[in-house]
Amino acid sequence: MSKKQHYAITVNGKEEEFLAEPRELLIYTLRERLNITGPHIGCETSHCGACTVTIDGKSVKACTMFVAQANGKDITTIEGIGGPDNLHPLQNAFKEHHGLQCGYCTPGMIIRATKLLEEIPNPTEEEIRFGMSGNICRCTGYQNIVKSIQAAAAEMNAAKEAAE
Amino acid sequence: MTHAKPLPHDAARLHVTGAARYIDDIPTPRGTLHLAFGLSAIASGRILAIDLSMVRAAEGVVAVLQAEDLPSACDCSPSAHDEPLLSDGTLHYIGQPIFLVVARSHLAARKAAQLADIAYDKTSPILTIADALAANSRFEDGPRIWERGDPFPAISDARHQLDGSIDIGGQEHFYLEGQAALVFPQENADMVVHSSTQHPTEIQHKVAHALHLPMHAVRVETRRMGGGFGGKESQGNALAIACAVAAQATGQPCKMRYDRDDDFMITGKRHDFRISYQVGFDDQGQIAGLSFRQYARCGWAQDLSLPVCDRAMLHADNAYYLPTIRIESHRLRTNTQSATAFRGFGGPQGMVGIEAVMDQIAAYLGLDPLDVRRKNYYNAPSKKGRRRTPYGQIVRDFALHEMTDRLMDTSHYMERRNAIYQWNAKNPVLKRGLALTPVKFGISFTLTHLNQAGALVHVYQDGSISLNHGGTEMGQGLFQKVAQIAASRFGVGIDLVRITATDTSKVPNTSATAASSGSDLNGMAVAAACDTIRSRIAAHLAGKYGGTPRGVIFADGRVIAADANLSFAEAAQSAYEARVSLSSTGFYKTPKLKWDRLRGAGRPFFYYAYGAACSEVVIDTLTGEYRILRADLLHDAGASLNPALDIGQVEGGFVQGAGWLTMEELVWDNKGRLQTHAPATYKIPATGDTPPVFNVDLWDAPNPEATIYRSKAVGEPPFMLGISVWSALQQAVAATGTGQVHLNAPATPERVLAAVERVRDGN
Ligand code: FES
Ligand code: FES
Repeated sequence: MSKKQHYAITVNGKEEEFLAEPRELLIYTLRERLNITGPHIGCETSHCGACTVTIDGKSVKACTMFVAQANGKDITTIEGIGGPDNLHPLQNAFKEHHGLQCGYCTPGMIIRATKLLEEIPNPTEEEIRFGMSGNICRCTGYQNIVKSIQAAAAEMNAAKEAAE
Repeated sequence: MTHAKPLPHDAARLHVTGAARYIDDIPTPRGTLHLAFGLSAIASGRILAIDLSMVRAAEGVVAVLQAEDLPSACDCSPSAHDEPLLSDGTLHYIGQPIFLVVARSHLAARKAAQLADIAYDKTSPILTIADALAANSRFEDGPRIWERGDPFPAISDARHQLDGSIDIGGQEHFYLEGQAALVFPQENADMVVHSSTQHPTEIQHKVAHALHLPMHAVRVETRRMGGGFGGKESQGNALAIACAVAAQATGQPCKMRYDRDDDFMITGKRHDFRISYQVGFDDQGQIAGLSFRQYARCGWAQDLSLPVCDRAMLHADNAYYLPTIRIESHRLRTNTQSATAFRGFGGPQGMVGIEAVMDQIAAYLGLDPLDVRRKNYYNAPSKKGRRRTPYGQIVRDFALHEMTDRLMDTSHYMERRNAIYQWNAKNPVLKRGLALTPVKFGISFTLTHLNQAGALVHVYQDGSISLNHGGTEMGQGLFQKVAQIAASRFGVGIDLVRITATDTSKVPNTSATAASSGSDLNGMAVAAACDTIRSRIAAHLAGKYGGTPRGVIFADGRVIAADANLSFAEAAQSAYEARVSLSSTGFYKTPKLKWDRLRGAGRPFFYYAYGAACSEVVIDTLTGEYRILRADLLHDAGASLNPALDIGQVEGGFVQGAGWLTMEELVWDNKGRLQTHAPATYKIPATGDTPPVFNVDLWDAPNPEATIYRSKAVGEPPFMLGISVWSALQQAVAATGTGQVHLNAPATPERVLAAVERVRDGN
């Protein structure tokens, strides 16, 4: 077993320092070490997207990254974009437009969608489907997920316009 | 009224913030131990020698248990007591648990489980339907046979005859949250079990049985599952029992969650079937006689295979009147995972059988398959005759004539059919196909005594309401529907109602949340409990303010008795001060059921739910690849309890059903090893696999039977709308030539290509 190393990562704006084995998967760091359980484990092989987080501005599946690779990086999880009383527009849209059933895929879906809408603020349906293709959902058939993202995009764009 | 409103899922706010807790998110005390199974590498045989010293010596390992270390056989079976938790030395499939590792972390347990040194004495496994028939390896003494009349003379006397067969693959549930359990040992040897299960009472029963405890010593709690689909009806038993055994042995909390590969290798899936048929029919395609043979691969243990196969027989008619019919059902025992419940519970396989027959008849006669289907539909309620199912139940509210009319209209079936015909004539490489298929699905557990439910409702003196029932939440929105019912009964807003985790110490002796029955059964039980409390409050207020109890009105958060107009909280407070009990249980059992499964006769179902789907596909005849271009769905949810949740079930069910029949392929090699045991090789529909044009509507007619607010169950029936995609693929293949179409399921691109080549070559 390899030796523990010192790591520092920023998660949802908070600096975290700890000792860990370099090959610890980031999803375990988040869930077990830091108690951040919004990112879920669906497959641990990078196929389902339930563990998606944002790292230095990119969508990353936290089950495919070692903690050593995340050292010094800035990580945002579902918990970092809004809480029960101040929902992010995407969170609100998934809630209002029934973009979830069992909810297990939801945190990964939403956090991925935050990046998608940053990259393409006004996506077509096809762009949404393509941009979300790394996240699978066994329950909804995706219709309401796509609708939720469209609704959030519209709301965010309207808010942006109003601010300008 | 709060019911019938399209309110979001009750836990939506928790889900979108990542705050909804699944088993793996429950904070665990220091010292919690983690479990993993060591699995069999052979499909059939015995353990000759086993050396677990490396497993024991591995870092973090606390204990390693084999069958002889257990307090009992620790049977995990929901039916036949044929599933010991750990192998007794004989091995029945690749993936069968042999030993149990208890370690300080999940990863330590998993790593250690790989280190066993096991010598096997292999025997040749029974893997296929042919193997099983040759060895007469089956459950029950022989095939189940149900008959009405004698179809064989009817077939031979008919104008036309056809025979054929279709293979229908299984399906992995792929609930996004894998199987999981967490057990906390208590004083007095009691156990508290958290399980991701559709059936907490069964978990309680099996854990108690394994540990030689009375059921009252085991409490099971289930707040939610990350998807179930039938895969958590019995398949969670092993994890809960393993945790309880390890917790008893170590005195520590124990947790187990299957890694995704283990989940594929260990747990059961949808039964794969071969269905062969002989049919006789007239020039219009109307069936005079039909004989089905259904062969189901049930895997190594009985599990729920008998009722699954019964339901396949019960849906061999789907929406069609079959004057003479014989159904022979073989429940074959094979050295593979024990096939289990999966949305539709055998119904979908039975239905694919008859839909294959419809397509074959239409192709043979050169008719539109929809015409043949309609020709064979059960009669509408207004007409006499042609209403009795093969098992004797009368189809009283057959809505599919009108539903088909409406869907033909909204999907522009006729115009598109003609346009596709012309398009196909012009396009040599790409071919389109269009199909409209019906669904009639029977609602009730076929094991009659399961059709019961209990509920527990408390009203607190501040007017807030706490409710509990035996149903479990797996994403289908049951909790929200039931909360809406409670809010409607008390005439209050939904925010006054709190639904608590399913808990065997609150409501005992519950049935699995299965057979689509969740809201039918639990909704009624909750309504009964609410009504008891409401009448007590009404009697109290009538006594206090005058008027009759029946005259007391509960609406819009107010309670009005004679001249008094109180808030619900004031009414509750007043009743409390008058020493009126504000807590009640409620109970419901489905009426009118009577069923003899051996004879296949009676009324197994309280009612039927209907649906129809029109799907269009395009195939590439050079590669076999295809896309679904459009789907129009119309589904009967009765008077919907929550149209938004119901539409979600319809969309999700359709996509899952289409996945089953198109891309989801389970492959076992000739040694019995499941080769598609991870998402890298087993593909379920992704965002881009759904049709770009996707129209979904509810058929909003009240249930003629007195269900809760005249709603209908909606969990399983829409799954079978996916059959339209497979049928549309057959139409597209048929457009490539003159040969007979034969497209087994799943209709993967390879199979589509092979079917195209056969049709082109005209054979
Ligand atoms: S758990 Fe990371 S992609 Fe599935
Ligand atoms: S809502 Fe269940 S997996 Fe997406």
